[in-house]
Amino acid sequence: MTAPNHRWRQFKSAVVQVLTLACAILVITPLVLVFYHLVRLGFSSLNWAFFTQLPRAEGEVGGGMANAIAGTFILLAQAALVGLPIGVLGGIYLSEYGSSHGNWWIRFAADILNGVPSIIWGIVVYALLVVPMHGFSALAGGGVLGLMMIPLVMRTTEEVLQLVPGGYREAALALGIAKWKTIVQIVVRTALKGIVTGVLLALARVAGETAPLLFTALGNQYWAHKLTEPIAAMPLQIFIYAIGPYDDQHRQAWAGALVLLLLILAVNIGVRFLTRDRFQKPS
Amino acid sequence: MNATTTSGTIANRKAAGGHFGDRAFKWLTLAMALVIFALILLISFELAHGSRLALHQFGWRFLISSDWDPVNEKFGALPFIFGTLVSSAIALFIAVPISIATAVYLTELAPLWLRQPLIMFIELLAAIPSVILGVWGIFVMVPFLRQAVFPWVQKVLGFLPIFQGPALSGFCMLSGGIIVAIMIIPIITSVSREILRSVPGLQREAAYALGATRWEVTRIAVLSYAKKGLFGAVILGLGRALGETMAVTMVIGNTPQIVASLFAPGYTLASVIANEFNETTGSLYPSALFELGLVLLGVTVLVNATAQLLLKTFAGPAMKPQP
Amino acid sequence: MPPGEEQFIPQTRLEPRSELPAPAADAPALTVRNLSVYFGANHVLKQVSLDIAAHAVTAIIGPSGCGKSTFLRALNRMHELTPEAHIDGEIRLFGDDIYSRQVEPVVVRRRVGMVFQKSNPFPTMSVAENVTVGLRLNGIRGRKVLAERTEQSLRMAALWDEVKDRLHAPAVSLSGGQQQRLCIARALAVQPEVLLMDEPASALDPLATARIEDLIVQLKKDYTIVIVTHNMQQAARASDYTAFLYLGELVEFGTTTKIFTNPSQKRTEDYVTGRFG
Repeated sequence: MTAPNHRWRQFKSAVVQVLTLACAILVITPLVLVFYHLVRLGFSSLNWAFFTQLPRAEGEVGGGMANAIAGTFILLAQAALVGLPIGVLGGIYLSEYGSSHGNWWIRFAADILNGVPSIIWGIVVYALLVVPMHGFSALAGGGVLGLMMIPLVMRTTEEVLQLVPGGYREAALALGIAKWKTIVQIVVRTALKGIVTGVLLALARVAGETAPLLFTALGNQYWAHKLTEPIAAMPLQIFIYAIGPYDDQHRQAWAGALVLLLLILAVNIGVRFLTRDRFQKPS
Repeated sequence: MNATTTSGTIANRKAAGGHFGDRAFKWLTLAMALVIFALILLISFELAHGSRLALHQFGWRFLISSDWDPVNEKFGALPFIFGTLVSSAIALFIAVPISIATAVYLTELAPLWLRQPLIMFIELLAAIPSVILGVWGIFVMVPFLRQAVFPWVQKVLGFLPIFQGPALSGFCMLSGGIIVAIMIIPIITSVSREILRSVPGLQREAAYALGATRWEVTRIAVLSYAKKGLFGAVILGLGRALGETMAVTMVIGNTPQIVASLFAPGYTLASVIANEFNETTGSLYPSALFELGLVLLGVTVLVNATAQLLLKTFAGPAMKPQP
Repeated sequence: MPPGEEQFIPQTRLEPRSELPAPAADAPALTVRNLSVYFGANHVLKQVSLDIAAHAVTAIIGPSGCGKSTFLRALNRMHELTPEAHIDGEIRLFGDDIYSRQVEPVVVRRRVGMVFQKSNPFPTMSVAENVTVGLRLNGIRGRKVLAERTEQSLRMAALWDEVKDRLHAPAVSLSGGQQQRLCIARALAVQPEVLLMDEPASALDPLATARIEDLIVQLKKDYTIVIVTHNMQQAARASDYTAFLYLGELVEFGTTTKIFTNPSQKRTEDYVTGRFG
């Protein structure tokens, strides 16, 4: 025997299911649209010139983003140099040492730091590096990206280390191995894949950052010959072209955006694929 | 034969690097962890130091003044505070219902085979850099809105002051709000999803046992239990919205003004810094921008701290770190 | 080494066992006096005193939660991994106070090895690497020595014949019983004097369990073994001495034969006959 309003309640439930599905579709629509337009408007511009040539002067047609592509990789390499050691070692501390009270504060502070707008990072590093060095530079750009990576890498490292079962730590300590060796040679080694994943994802994150580079790396029409010179980077170049008045620059902005997005998505999908076999979470 | 001994150790403990190695490593990793606090201090210091001229010159009036006149060195933060708040409000208005509905769908209602692909898509959406969304915004979204959506909105809802006034170029507050919504939907969705997942299964089972429909189970057993955490997710999204820079700069019109119409261009704290920082002259102008940065930092940190506290006290260590 | 001597003799190189001075005959391997362990305010072990005989197997039995594992872990200072753990009393290893201030826990643990309930070979290492990890991370790297020790330890753990052709296979590719014997080989490789085993066969099938028990009886020729078990038949079969713990107190300690056939305490009798626990 069913309640009298049973049909109505079932109907409501079905309506809600449809509505929420519609919302889910609405959520992924921008991704699909962005990708579609990037390919449609940018793919045709991906020619040899685009990858190997420098930008032409304003208003001229042609040229490429070679310096920006190289610049992005140079900045990311510097960022990794800063972000990786500090982030991973800090994450080790959070996971293996410390008190629960003190560590709570460190985690809280790291999460706050993760929420600082990227433009604030930009003006801070401007005051910190650009002003004393009397100029914009690749070093400042790499530095700001590296600093931004630190709280991110720290938290993901901690999270991954916590997943290593305690039994391994105990077994290693019971063999009379010093604690720090246990951590480095056993625990970190077991979690290495996850740590690398965290670093790669953080790099993919900062690869797309534009705002902090506006006041640090600045951008460059040409190749940067020293790290103390301003350097081009893909997000910067895309931004400058997109807000400029020239159609040819707009075309290249689309191309650059496509390349950048493909790189970032490749890393994101790649790491997901690599870590897929373990910890498949049920939804 | 094998006699047991008092000292069958295999190596001198110094040779094995025991005690010293332990202490050195512990202090090294601690120092790295404390870099976090050093960075917070650094950021606060640099912003405070950079703003001191403007702070000295304008004092508290900075926050309520609408002047933005670089030539005459008159600066006020109000139009940008207005722009940031309004664009974030629009973004939340759009993003929150959609995100939470999607999170509900993903955790409670979707068929199992569909969940992982959808989740992956949403995480990929979160990975799209702001500037790329901005390019799409300038060349695709804004023309579309200007031609197809805004006229319709004006026809239907034009009696409201916020939808009055000409939608000339489409680069306006509403476009800014929409694009920020697209940027914050992924994070609100994924945090909400974590929150909903952490609701104990017992709650749901109890509701099912009473004969509730799927929606009723969701509403009674899950959503009301998760209220606090969901609120935290929303606040986290707000924190993101406040700091959003590139995409909003590219579509919001970049005009410092305080008007009622959402079809008029606006300007946010982050946008003005992005646009004008490299164009400053003198020392008061950059100092004013630093002070805007200080305001932005203060508001964002406050909002984020609130969000983190809400999330931590709801779900405890089950929450993953959110970039 | 006369009792009361506080120092451990540090070894600077690998000494074959027979070259070191022998202690007095019949000296117990471990002497435990008034051992109490607290976790925070929780008084888990209360004034336990007993002697662990050298070259024998001592079983610790008792119902769940009686403090057996806590007692075992106090013998190699593993309880110190829990921050609120705190200890009173004295434990001497062949006369050396293992809780003396001059003694590092790391050194104690090289002399007193441990095998755990759930086998835990390190997943990123091969079979051979697992066996030698304790040696390598303590500074012993000579390839010849490591190879010799690997074979020696695997033979002692009755695993050599099964893995000699796949020493470089991942350790996790072995079966459950093999993995546990690998963990035993790993513990033996650092040449401890005492081997502690915390329910070593409880996660294994009967056949693998039987092999572990045979192994234990073999090993006591060269090592002192303390085994915690909730399986009374196992204790009766494999051990020489048995200690019965109940609610943190040592109720009775004696030869296995006596404990199981003619215990002095009623509670012991009730437990071994299965009336409770």
